[in-house]
Amino acid sequence: MAPGTLGGYQLDIHEYQAKELLSGYGVPIQRGSVAYSADQASFVASELGGWHWAVKAQIHSGARGKAGGIKLCRTYHEVHDAAKGMLGRKLVTAQTGPEGKIVQRVYVEVAEKFEREIYFGVVLDRKAERVRIIASAQGGMEIEEIAKSSPQAILQIIVEPAVGLQPFQAREIAFGLGLNIKQVSRAVAAILGAYRAFRDLDASMVEINPLVVTADDRIIALDAKMSFDDNALFRHPTVAEMRDLSQEDPREAEASQDNLNYVGLEGDIGCIINGAGLAMATMDTIKYAGGEPANFLDVGGGASPERVAKAFKLVLSDSNVKAILVNIFAGINRCDWVAQGVVQAVRDIGIKVPLVVRLAGTNETEGRRIITDSGLPIISAETLADAARKSVAAARSADGGGTAA
Amino acid sequence: MSILIDEKTPVILQGFTGSKATFHATEMIAYGTNVVGGVTPGKGGQRHLERPVFNTVKDAVEATGATTSLAFVPPAFAADCLMEAADAGLKLVCTITDGIPAQDMMRVKRYLMRYPKERRTMVVGPNCAGIISAGKAMLGIMPGHIYRRGNVGIVSRSGTLGYEAAAQMNALGIGQTTSVGIGGDPINGSSFLDHLMLFEQDPETEAVVMIGEIGGPQEAEASRWVKENMTKPVVGYVAGLTAPKGRRMGHAGAIISTSGDSAAEKAETMKSFGLTVAPSASELGSTVGEVLRKTPGRRATS
Repeated sequence: MAPGTLGGYQLDIHEYQAKELLSGYGVPIQRGSVAYSADQASFVASELGGWHWAVKAQIHSGARGKAGGIKLCRTYHEVHDAAKGMLGRKLVTAQTGPEGKIVQRVYVEVAEKFEREIYFGVVLDRKAERVRIIASAQGGMEIEEIAKSSPQAILQIIVEPAVGLQPFQAREIAFGLGLNIKQVSRAVAAILGAYRAFRDLDASMVEINPLVVTADDRIIALDAKMSFDDNALFRHPTVAEMRDLSQEDPREAEASQDNLNYVGLEGDIGCIINGAGLAMATMDTIKYAGGEPANFLDVGGGASPERVAKAFKLVLSDSNVKAILVNIFAGINRCDWVAQGVVQAVRDIGIKVPLVVRLAGTNETEGRRIITDSGLPIISAETLADAARKSVAAARSADGGGTAA
Repeated sequence: MSILIDEKTPVILQGFTGSKATFHATEMIAYGTNVVGGVTPGKGGQRHLERPVFNTVKDAVEATGATTSLAFVPPAFAADCLMEAADAGLKLVCTITDGIPAQDMMRVKRYLMRYPKERRTMVVGPNCAGIISAGKAMLGIMPGHIYRRGNVGIVSRSGTLGYEAAAQMNALGIGQTTSVGIGGDPINGSSFLDHLMLFEQDPETEAVVMIGEIGGPQEAEASRWVKENMTKPVVGYVAGLTAPKGRRMGHAGAIISTSGDSAAEKAETMKSFGLTVAPSASELGSTVGEVLRKTPGRRATS
């Protein structure tokens, strides 16, 4: 599955980290080690021993193989060259988007022949509100593809939260995959282990694709992906430490450090809004009025002047922004505080683009007065529709009356 | 009438003596809510805001006859707090808390199933603004003054967008019976459907506004029920038309993961089940006004 596709905010980790965690729960993996340089990679290969090695780019994305992010090597020299070719470069896969993701680590793993590839996943199912186990005999493909081409080939089990996944359920899956009895007992251990890792570590997704079967009936997790529920990281400090900021959008990573929710988009109207729902609705209203939002940004409750200033800096760091719309519907917030924050930010940062401010809710009259009395060139708006219209007009005039729509 | 709470409902606060709970309890009391006490483990026997404090929810229920609670506790303790409320036999517990681990909510919902349906607790939230029955009682953090008594119910995943809807209706002279925030998390205590069923039974509610957003199957499930069972008109809206796929938009649950999750798909589903969909968030109030005018025998204003 592509990162971030399963609902809930999640922390993604690298393959080697996921394997390390899963291995601790009894999921069999190949011997391997992470390397940060080409020299280290060939050294790791020599330490591991064996005849063949896979060098795998560690980025938060699947579909690495097709993008040249996984190389099979026969000599230490090849390992060195493969690592050198990957490290420090951006890898563009079908899941990363055109900007790609930077490779700063590679994983060197002993390569071995296998007979079969199986798909195995554990997710939190929003509809059932329970954990769902997914498996398919057609491993190596994305689960979305399998679901499209042969949905009947997908085996699924919903886990009863009071008792957890039972061995008979893991057996049903293993036999359903057509494994022989020797393979079944090993697969059951791997399935139960992956489920325990999911439960104990508050994961939101475990995906082992492929889980391979060797000629001598061993079961090995050849690739592994894990994502974690951000809300539960407080009780998993070791997992929280696995966060790799280089894999995240720099602006979004910076915003998250300030506890702001920011998502960059393609348009030219910067948005600063309180509440996620209102933020999305405001973006939609901008579009409805003929404009394009440049970002999603929820400043949250208790929008202090510092937070408002940080929000402005973040929005302005996007050079496409031609106008800014601040839309606050204050509940626990107070419009007068927000207004002070806006005025202060405009004075301190020196905002060059037109600014539209709409304040509603707690202390709205006072808030509006602060904006008017400031004498700053701030465009006031009364309603959501008014705010959207004015920001679209402002972006167009800043554009030299061009064709923003 | 209204749903879930009114001015007589005896309410306690869990985490009563904390600073945020104190602030909002004061607002709730000023609004007219019948706050009968609260719970803070270790502070039982004290008084706070001229009301008794108890160590456990069971003690509070026994002494005050409370049926309803507002839980103001940090995310790490929220699941425990909700289960305690359920075990003490409360009818309703609402939690504002943002950041409860998803697997904790999964366990809470499983725990609620231990009790027979007639004494099962309804959980509203988490990660919501609460519940308000206009002019009667408030169980949450919303600005009470933006609501006025009337005949339209609101159920919304987003807090601030619920405020927006109420404000637009008020500008047109349309008031509310009750506004419920079900919260922005992937696993909610109660769903759109749960509250639509209550609004359908409430004699005073003449129409309902359902405000959804991207992610999750709830809007579709509720819309299907509306078509099959609801006699009152429902206005729908789904936030997030401009949201890109696979990105979380602020709320933990607001993410387009699979087919049916996007705002456009959800709005289509709503339309196909006979809901009137507001074309934009700025037309929530006017759409409600039109629907009320078209509904025979119902008043457009309170």
